[in-house]
Amino acid sequence: MTPVRILVPAGALGLGWDADALEAGLARGPDLIAIDGGSTDSGPSYLGRGVSKYARAQIAGEWGTLIDAAHRAGCPLVIGTAGTCGAGAAVDWMLEITRDHLARAGRQAKIALLYSDQDAAGLAAAWDRVTPLPGAPEVGPEMLADCTNIVALAGAEQVQAALATGADIVICGRATDTAILAALPLARGCHAGAAWHGAKVGECGALCCTHPDTGVIELLFDATGFTVTPMAEASRATPRTVAAHLLYENADPVVLHEPGGRLDTSAATYGPQGRAVRVEGSEWIPGPYTVKLEAARMAGHGVMSLVLIRDPRYVAGIDAWCASLEARARARIAARMPGQGYDLELRRIGRDATLGAAEPGRAVPDEIGVMAQIVADTPEAAREVAKLVNPLLLHHPLTPEEPMPTFAFPFSPPECDLGPQYAFVLHHVLALDDPMAAFRLEVVDG
Amino acid sequence: MAELGDLARIRSKNAGPFWLTIDLFCEPGSYARVAAIPTAAFAARLGSAGVKRFDLPDLQVVKLSLPRPEVQGSLRDRDMHGAGFAHLLTGMVVE
Repeated sequence: MTPVRILVPAGALGLGWDADALEAGLARGPDLIAIDGGSTDSGPSYLGRGVSKYARAQIAGEWGTLIDAAHRAGCPLVIGTAGTCGAGAAVDWMLEITRDHLARAGRQAKIALLYSDQDAAGLAAAWDRVTPLPGAPEVGPEMLADCTNIVALAGAEQVQAALATGADIVICGRATDTAILAALPLARGCHAGAAWHGAKVGECGALCCTHPDTGVIELLFDATGFTVTPMAEASRATPRTVAAHLLYENADPVVLHEPGGRLDTSAATYGPQGRAVRVEGSEWIPGPYTVKLEAARMAGHGVMSLVLIRDPRYVAGIDAWCASLEARARARIAARMPGQGYDLELRRIGRDATLGAAEPGRAVPDEIGVMAQIVADTPEAAREVAKLVNPLLLHHPLTPEEPMPTFAFPFSPPECDLGPQYAFVLHHVLALDDPMAAFRLEVVDG
Repeated sequence: MAELGDLARIRSKNAGPFWLTIDLFCEPGSYARVAAIPTAAFAARLGSAGVKRFDLPDLQVVKLSLPRPEVQGSLRDRDMHGAGFAHLLTGMVVE
């Protein structure tokens, strides 16, 4: 078999890379350029709305550079989880950006679009094929209709189908981070354990090396293993940096589940080869074909207010102040907006805003910001609740008999709309007889 | 006696929207002490009975994974990327 050379420009489109390193990678004649386009890491809003986290100008600039790079290298270009969330609207957004660039460059290209969207009614009807993963919330099929976007994570098979169309550019909806890197080496008969392990190591670009912000690495797959080589001169892969990447954003660093099986890295060996590292010994264990599902639904509309407490006596008594303020606020809301559903939470910025009640720290700061976060079923109701809370944030006294205090507001109006708030719903897998059954492949000219 | 934050560089991060993972990268010579900490002690500190643990002597790392106390981005979640949970362990006293 012929080894497969894959160039990974960065951990995600939008993060940038070292231009010289990309050129060095192109000079080595890659068989494929592949980059991840998304993640759930920034929260449910992107999937809920079907939009990208990064600026269009940044994505368009980077993607245009990669389209030109792949054209010069004479190899296909693949993006996984397009537009942060991989929903159909985000795939279409990437297609539009792709066509804009091709038109400007005066070229044409064949573009494959892999859609991962799931129909709520269809998925509800197939609910007997859906299994919750450990840690999944209680979810019934009746909740699916409330979801704004439901996607399944494509594996290697669906990406292989997209590549098999002969497309110059493949825009994938939601896919596992590894699928876009494992697909070609698996299709060409490279070692299956190495294909998945190399894909996991390379999915974040140069994060598995020193100087991670240079971005660009090359993965070389063959019959017995893979070699990871950073393309920036200053960057080095070491057995430790490569092995440690299995820890990153990964609950289990030894066994990784993918559509159609699992990767076991417990017997992997990591051998230094100059600036590169050679990895062998990982095992791919085939299993039932399942794909993971993700969904987001709207949870309400958010408004927040921020007040700054600087008076040392109020800072010292912040727990009591917040508790009595919240009680008065809830009574006032119940009186003025009877029956209104809402969520109100006071978070003490500078005290325990990150960890809440679990905060082990006891230091008393000079000042504390108190952020009131309100969520209600309409934007109007959320704003109205926030306005009922506002006079208390401005003047609530620590004890009833003291003169009325006034606190510091950093902006006016004090209520800021946070917009629609979304929630992740599914942590489940769907069993498939045919890997393409939950996906749609389209080929268009651009 | 030492604090865990002096024995290891501690990083916490989401592992998907429903799990957190905390990596303890041990300082040279500290791995044995960190690895000797019972899982129950970590679990008590993290307020979770569902802690999965991986001891990785080759990397001098102890890794802990646990279901998120609040689903990522849900109304009561305070830490979108899970970055703050590391600080639950930094002040832990180690024999």
